[in-house]
Parts: sequence; structure tokens; C-alpha cells
Amino acid sequence: MHADIDFSHYLKNTGAGLVHLDLAVEGINCAGCMAKIERNLSNIPDVTSARVNLTDSRLALEWKAGTLEPALFVSRLAELGYKAYPFERDDAETLEAQRAQGLLRRLGVAAFAAMNVMMLSIPVWSGNVSDMLPEQRDFFHWLSALIVLPAAAYSAQPFFSSALSALRARGVNMDVPISIGIVLALATSVIETINHAEHAYFDAAIMLIAFLLAGRYLDQNMRRRTRAFAGNLAALKAETATKFISPTEIRTVPAAAIRPGDIVLLRPGERCAVDGNVIEGRSEVDQSLITGETLPAMVTPGSAVFAGTLVRSGTLRVRASAASGGTLLDEISRLLDHALQARSRYLRLAERASRLYAPVVHATALLTMLGWLAYGASFHDSIVTAIAVLIITCPCALGLAIPAVQTVASGALFGSGVLLNAGDAIERVAEIDRVILDKTGTLTLPELDVANLAEIPDDVVRLAGRLALSSRHPVAAAVARYAGAASPLPDIQEEPGQGVHGLHEGRPIRLGRPSFCGADDLANEILCRDPEASVVAFSHGDSRYAFAVRQRLRPDAAEVVAGLARMGVAVEIVSGDREPAVRLAAEQLGVHEWRAGVSPVDKIARLEELARQGCKVLMVGDGLNDAPALAAAHASMSPVTATHLSRAVADAVFLGERLAPVLAEVKVSRRALRLMRQNLWLAVIYNVLAVPIAIAGLVTPLIAAAAMSGSSIIVMLNALRARAREAV
Amino acid sequence: MEVLIILVPLALSLGFVGLLGFLWSLKSGQYDDLDGAAWRAIADDEPVSDHRGSK
Repeated sequence: MHADIDFSHYLKNTGAGLVHLDLAVEGINCAGCMAKIERNLSNIPDVTSARVNLTDSRLALEWKAGTLEPALFVSRLAELGYKAYPFERDDAETLEAQRAQGLLRRLGVAAFAAMNVMMLSIPVWSGNVSDMLPEQRDFFHWLSALIVLPAAAYSAQPFFSSALSALRARGVNMDVPISIGIVLALATSVIETINHAEHAYFDAAIMLIAFLLAGRYLDQNMRRRTRAFAGNLAALKAETATKFISPTEIRTVPAAAIRPGDIVLLRPGERCAVDGNVIEGRSEVDQSLITGETLPAMVTPGSAVFAGTLVRSGTLRVRASAASGGTLLDEISRLLDHALQARSRYLRLAERASRLYAPVVHATALLTMLGWLAYGASFHDSIVTAIAVLIITCPCALGLAIPAVQTVASGALFGSGVLLNAGDAIERVAEIDRVILDKTGTLTLPELDVANLAEIPDDVVRLAGRLALSSRHPVAAAVARYAGAASPLPDIQEEPGQGVHGLHEGRPIRLGRPSFCGADDLANEILCRDPEASVVAFSHGDSRYAFAVRQRLRPDAAEVVAGLARMGVAVEIVSGDREPAVRLAAEQLGVHEWRAGVSPVDKIARLEELARQGCKVLMVGDGLNDAPALAAAHASMSPVTATHLSRAVADAVFLGERLAPVLAEVKVSRRALRLMRQNLWLAVIYNVLAVPIAIAGLVTPLIAAAAMSGSSIIVMLNALRARAREAV
Repeated sequence: MEVLIILVPLALSLGFVGLLGFLWSLKSGQYDDLDGAAWRAIADDEPVSDHRGSK
């Protein structure tokens, strides 16, 4: 089906007569796949380059312009057993990738400078105990300065700029003590070198920068990888829209290519890919992805429809709009802005640590200087000792303590099907004591399910399934899926808004509304038992059957709820759906606290009420109506099938049909937070041991270098313990 | 100690060459796919020879 997508939106001219196309490919997971794809595609004549990126599961293709159809590659990949979709890097991902590359470049510069300076430092260290001439030592110091000063000026920029912006906002962050330490260490070293002194700290300063940049790069790379994966997911959904390119002519284009004002055609069974207003047509629509409401609503010209709406009966023409006039979306974006502001006030563990750390360290350095002055040391010696204290306490291990654990833990979560959107999500998820679950699409699967399959004979189910293949109606599609039907019946007509009918084995056969098949009595019976179900009736000759189609709970939902309870986390259901549906789900899962018919405003009100009581809430939801609550909650998760907005504001996205990733996320996060705290304590212990030596004025550049790398390595090794994977 | 006049510029320029090499490898995208690169190193040569054959 994707073969008829218009690819022109994704093709890029690289100049020199070559065309470039990026594809996100599903199912690349080993080196064998990589070799197979590259070998196969580069054998196509006129293809100049086919290169797989195994980390991101992507394929970059280049071929001579005008020689090949892009769809050829997609079908060739399908022959090899891979599904491929064109994709476009979004701005956020490009930015993350640029930042990661910038940090790596700075890390490279700092590391090369550190290596070269170390080569000059070792002769000085050993020379100080043997017989190095002061002139030679000075010469080596000046050489070190020549290498370190420009390298530091370039590679430490991220710390300087972040410290400056924190100071401008009259705050302190981790980068303030780091920047002060670096600048003082370099300034002292230059002055000491001019004065022909014995010790200079060029090596320590540049090594510090290199270690800290390694921490930053790990953090950034994790974010980049998550973004890339999220980009692939968006591409794999292959959201397309049918656009009118003239009043009578239509074309299937990627949803990203739709501009405000374009007119889009929506047929029964299609999901709307854009926000807009109906200009022509009437239809029942399923808005469950947006409002959580499972009963279909009616739209007429003038009604607003949102991306994610499923069209059930009629054909619609929709004018796409950028800022929709729909009150729901306006309200949600207003709530969302408000909620996001609240979240930015959360203080990360590292920031809290640095708020304590900076004043203590700077006070210690000041006291050291005053102490030595009082003791009778010269002004110069006192200042040098105080600066040695600042250098030795420079939060090298502190800078690595948290990013290293985050990187390792996010790798473990990745394996359990959880993608982190925010770097501090781990800390916040670890603190939660209550989970609020949305019902529709979160506790239930996004796809419909046939509930009374056992009551209907197998051959009838199979026949109904084959007939259902001729209908695009989502309820009929559920019947077809559960019957495992593959071959449609011949000569079937569709009666719009009613159902499908035809002849089979000489008798009339029908599938559709109960009234269309004369099965109203059967339908009423089902609706009495289960008011949430949609009924689709089937008749063949005189025999009549009714299928109850409804949403099904995720297979492991009850287990996960029990697992959360065992961990001491309270579970609550808050849904926009009506009361009977929510009560039924709550009873099945053994959840005692539930609320039904909750509007987006009330969801936030409930979260605020809980926050006032001191609860830290993990919100799990998927609908557009959940987006403000996801942003307002202490932490949040979304299934990957959620609306775009919900996925973007949630801290984490989980994959697959199961709810188990929610449990894994809580478990891994709690262990990771424990390790982060341990790491911070390790850094404190290191300081407690090293600072007295510095205060005593005994720190040589050799001790500074050894202490710094030693503490960083211990913290890194401890972080690796977060890797033990959660069995889910 | 006159040897320093040769050795120091030599050491510095070697370091600088190393750095330039790193920057070049970064610019040519060699760190974009670290997982794939690990496997390419031990992959069979077949894809390469195939590619040449097709040209």
C-alpha cells in the first residue's frame, strides 16, 4: 500500500546529478541484515550508494537522478523481508544530533590536548624528584600552556556558557563551580609559570574538561538515540492523507506534506492525519484516541476533527487548519503550556547536589586561604593552596555520577521496550508512589476485539471474516482480523452506512448494521449484557448472528496492576469514558479507585489535589485529552500508539501490546536512582579523603591527576551496575 | 638538550596530525553508527567485491 505514496516530498537533490533518500527500515537487527540489504541494493544499476545505519535502523540511498523510481527500493526491501518507510529528520532530532556531534568534537580536542600535555607533565613530575633544571621545567610549562589554553578555551565553552546563563538568572548550577575551578586552575598555572614556580595544573585542568565532556556526551547521545528511534516510529506509522490537488483529482501524500488550507478526503475506516474542519459530508467518527470516549460521535459540515479521529461510516472532506478553531484543542494547548511551566520548576538531582556543593567548596577554599594567612604563610602560598583545594574538589566525579547511570539505565529500559524522552525522567519516575492510568488505549488495546467469538460457530466466523474483508468499516475490520480471513468473497457490494452484501452458495449474504441484516433482536440482547460493545450482524440465508466488537484490556494489565501494588504504588483509573465502561475495567483489574467522565481540566485538578496531599504521580495515558495531565504529572508515560502530542509531552514512550514496560520503568528507575545517590556519596567520600590533603598544601599536580581519574573511574564502574536487565 | 628543538615540534605536530585525523573522521560521519561499525570490521569482504563487480 505504501508503494503508491508520493515520494517527492522525501527526495533530496544532492547536486552532481544524484538523488538522496532516507528510509526507516523495520527489522534490521544484526550485521547479517546490514550486509544483505547493502549488497542487494547496491547491485541495482545506477545506485551509487546504499548504506545501512545499524544504530538507528535506517538506510541512506543515493542514485543517479531520473533513472529509478523510489518505490522500487521499498518493494525490493519487501522482497528481502523488511518493511521500509521514507522519513524526514525533524528539527528536534537534527538539533540533538548536532549537539552530540559538537560535544564529541570538543571531547576530541580536550582528549588530544590532555594526552599531549601528559607527555610533557610526566618528565616534570619525575624531574622534580631527580635533577631537572628550572629552565627546562619552565620551558615544559610554557609548552603545556601553549597547548592547554586554546584547547580549554574551545572545549570548555559548554560549561562556561551554561554557568554564565545560570548566573544571569541569579542561580547556581553544576557548571558554576566547574567553570570557576577551570578558570582559576588555568590562571594560577599561568602565574606560577611566569614566577618560575614548581607546580602548574595545566594537565589537571584539561583532564577535568575531558572527563566532564565525556559525561555530557553520554547524556546527549542517549537523547539523540531516543529521538532517532522516535523519528523511525513516526515514519513506520506511515501517516498519509488523501489530498485534493485539484477539485476533482486526489493523490496520497505523506501527512507531513499537508499544509493548512489543503482539502483532504477521508473515507470510512481511515484515520484522520490532520486537524481541520469538515466542509462536506456526514459521518460517525470514533474520537476515542482524542477524548477517551468509546461511543461514536456524529460530525457534520462545520464540525472540527482532530488527527487520530477514525471515520466510521461516511466520506468526509476536511479543510486542514494550523490553529484549529476547535475548542477542545485550544483548551488543551492552553492547559499544556501551563502544565509544562510547572514541570520546568522540578530540580534535578544534579542541580540539588550542586546547590549544596558550590557554597561548601567555595567556603572551604576561602577558609583554607584565611587559615594559612593566620598561620603566617605568605599571601602567595595561601592563595595557591586555596586554589589547589578548588581544583581537587572540582566536581569531576559529580559531573559523571548522574549521566553515566542515566545512559546505562536508559539502555536497560530500551531493552524492556521503554524509550525515554527526558533525561531526568528516571529520577522522577523513581520517586512516584501512585500511578494514574487512562483507560481507553492505555489499559485497553487501541484495536477492537471480537468479544463473543466462542458463541459463534467457526465456519460462520470464517465466512463472515471473508465477507468483512470487502468493508473498510473498522468494526468489520476487527471481525476480519479475528477470523484470520485472507481471501475476500467475489462480487460483494457495499451499501454506504449500512454494510456489505452479496450472494454466496446461492443464498444472500450480508454483514453490517443489525437492521441491515434483520438481526435487531440479537443486537439488543448483546447490548443489554454489554452496553459498551458495537454490534455487527451477519446473515446468510436465514441464519443470523451478531458479533460483539469492543475494546480489550491489554493481556497483562491485571498482572502489572498487581505488580505495582506489590511495590507499594497505589493505582487509580481516571478516564474520559463513561461510567459503566470504566467500572467494568476497574472491576476486571481489581482497581478500587476510579473516576469516569473526567474532562482534561478535571484530570489536572485531580493531579493537583494529589500533589497537595504530597503524592508523586506517574500518569500513563494516550489521548489528546490526556496530554495536559501527562505534562502536569510528576512523571508520565504514553503507549507508542498515542496521539502525537501525548507522545511528545510524555517522559517515556512504551512499545508493544503489553503494559509490562510500565512496571519495568518503575523498577529500573528506582534502582538507577539508588545508584545515582551511591555515586554522589562516592564523590563525597573522595572529597572527604582528598580535601584534607589539599588544605594541608600537599597536593602536587601528580596527586590531582591521579585523584581525579581514580574517582571518575570508580563512579563509572558503579554506574555499569544499572545494566542488569529487568525480567519482564 | 638541543635535541628538544627537534623533538618538541615533532611531538606537537604529531599530536596535531592525530587531532586533525580525529576531526576528519568525525566530519565524515564515522561516529554516526557505532553499532554498525563494530560489525563491519569483522564482516566478510564479499559485499565490497560484489560492489566492484557491478561497476
